[in-house]
Amino acid sequence: MKIEDEKSFDELTDKEYKYGFVTDIESDSLPPGLNEDIVRAISKRKNEPEWLTEFRLKAYRHWLTLEEPKWAKVEFPPVDYQALSYYSAPKQKIDAPKSLDDVDPELLATYEKLGIPLGEQEVLAGVANVAVDAVFDSVSVATTFKKNLEELGIIFGSFSEAVKDHPELVKKYLGTVVPYKDNYYATLNSAVFSDGSFCYIPKGVKCPMELSTYFRINAANTGQFERTLLIADDDAKVSYLEGCTAPQRDENQLHAAVVELVAHENAQIKYSTVQNWYPGDKDGKGGIYNFVTKRGHCRGNNSKISWTQVETGSAITWKYPSCILKGDNSVGEFYSVAVTNNLQQADTGTKMIHIGKNTKSTIISKGISAGKAQNSYRGMVKVVETAENARNFSQCDSMLIGDQCGAHTFPYIDVSNPTAQVEHEATTTKIGEDQIFYCNQRGLDTEEAVTMIVNGFCKEVFRELPMEFAVEAQKLLGISLEGSVG
Amino acid sequence: MALLEIKDLHASVADKPILKGINLTIKPGEVHAIMGPNGSGKSTLSNVLAGNEAYVKTAGQVLFDGQDIDDLAAHERACAGMFLAFQYPVEIAGISNMYFLKAAVNAVRKYQGKDQLDAMDFLDMVEDKKKIVKIRDDLLERAVNSGFSGGEKKRNEIFQMAMLEPKLGILDETDSGLDIDALRIVADGVNALRSPDRGFLVITHYQRLLDYIVPDHVHVLVHGQIVKSGGKELALELEDEGYASWVDEKGA
Repeated sequence: MKIEDEKSFDELTDKEYKYGFVTDIESDSLPPGLNEDIVRAISKRKNEPEWLTEFRLKAYRHWLTLEEPKWAKVEFPPVDYQALSYYSAPKQKIDAPKSLDDVDPELLATYEKLGIPLGEQEVLAGVANVAVDAVFDSVSVATTFKKNLEELGIIFGSFSEAVKDHPELVKKYLGTVVPYKDNYYATLNSAVFSDGSFCYIPKGVKCPMELSTYFRINAANTGQFERTLLIADDDAKVSYLEGCTAPQRDENQLHAAVVELVAHENAQIKYSTVQNWYPGDKDGKGGIYNFVTKRGHCRGNNSKISWTQVETGSAITWKYPSCILKGDNSVGEFYSVAVTNNLQQADTGTKMIHIGKNTKSTIISKGISAGKAQNSYRGMVKVVETAENARNFSQCDSMLIGDQCGAHTFPYIDVSNPTAQVEHEATTTKIGEDQIFYCNQRGLDTEEAVTMIVNGFCKEVFRELPMEFAVEAQKLLGISLEGSVG
Repeated sequence: MALLEIKDLHASVADKPILKGINLTIKPGEVHAIMGPNGSGKSTLSNVLAGNEAYVKTAGQVLFDGQDIDDLAAHERACAGMFLAFQYPVEIAGISNMYFLKAAVNAVRKYQGKDQLDAMDFLDMVEDKKKIVKIRDDLLERAVNSGFSGGEKKRNEIFQMAMLEPKLGILDETDSGLDIDALRIVADGVNALRSPDRGFLVITHYQRLLDYIVPDHVHVLVHGQIVKSGGKELALELEDEGYASWVDEKGA
């Protein structure tokens, strides 16, 4: 039995991160370093209007006054912000590809290798009912199904295009959920954000397909700073997916994105993420620093925003998808699975801010730690004076695999209205030797057993994911935990 | 060829010797019962055979279907046809009994070089096998052993055994905690699975179970050794006299 375990451990160390390849493509990059000229240069390269250049500069100047937050339970050497390049774009033969035919075949091959359907034929053939916006390093390279969506009045595409084609919408919403002064990384993003996805669902429209953005970091020493802005107007409904991978590199790479969601009256937004950034090797070398600010604003009455995230990658995850429940009867949900193995660190959770009457929030968090990893849930439930009859239910479960990892829970509850009902439940379990033996005795090997037990543990979250994503997430979990028992 | 051949087996738990030289041979089609007082090593025997790492084999040899079990990891022993019905079946939250069983059946089939069962074939097999232990459909859909009563858990073990069609079934105190009706259903299930090419090792404290599962051989285990072997009548003898004479003898 011991021999068997050692074998599986070796298999793990030999196991390569499946998405760790590098695409050999010529890039147009800005030199490393950060100053006002760089900020202006980014804005200029994207032909941005002056108001947006100003937005960036304001953010940059504010950023200079800030310090990196230190309150998260993560440890890493200081990031040298002057050593990073803040813009990298694959060189295209023409400025903006009009159709997939204009996209560099090397790029299309990259997405094919990642299993992302950019060819609409494939999609029409029934592979998946998903419209994809593919972001490669700093720019969006392709968006599928634009025409079909346009017929419904849905705007879906790269952020840069939206700035050109719908400046009034961008101007109206940008920074209204995550202000440029929000926090260190969001402020940095506001100054240097490169591209990302923009989505607007008009009044009364239920988006007939899943919308998806696929983020890929390729270039070395480049930070990725995308910005996603998603607006669901009155009575609109949309389900949005986000996936991410990066090549395997020895250096750490910084990813500081901002996602803003706005839900107007009766609107519903479901936002799902499967985050599989390169986690670094088993000694903790390399990997992505994932410092992301995600927030949704339930602006209208009866609106609903639901976050589902499966976090398996990144060396460090610092991320708190949150909901501001301003509209009366609005609903916020957060379903999370965070897996850390080897030397990965995650400090993740959510904030639910209850402002409107009868607002409701649900938090289900599942943290799994293996190896020497540290996994923290950090969540805040805040009920302000105006939030009559607010309700919250939080459940934070942690599972430990082995005896060298850690799980931590930091719940903050701040209630200023006596009619509120806030419930918090937390459990920590160690994956049982007896459970593994039981599975072994039924013919499952130890890796299969662990995957099965962990999948069972995460079931409440996985069932919130769209079908294709749920299958992908279960597989990912198996890969992330390979060799974690032994 | 013998199905199970145990030669001078020694084993310990947390460095404490428990089994001190067990010899036992089970041929296909035979049902052997092991009886013994608490602490005699009954559960240690079943766990060592099945490959539970908490139980360490320190000496001797065990051949299962001609293969030395030292060469087989726990899951490989299961795949090769050894099934242990647990005394305390564990719960696995969030995984339905059906899903679990399908994974198990296909893992075993894969090991044995058979085709994987698809959902339809699997369901047909379930329909067929569930009659054996009269298991309710809702138990099949529930998470593995979660919220099952003691009797339901044991019945589920026998159902799993029926699904996995092992060569050797080891029943570790399957009768403990069962009322007489549940006991009868479980025993009927085991009897339905008896066949000329399948062997059973029935471990129990009480004679009661052996009224329903009639063994070919009975062995008395005391202080980690088999102190007496005989036919089914030995169980009745024990019922009358208890284990006291052996325990005292050994303890003295």
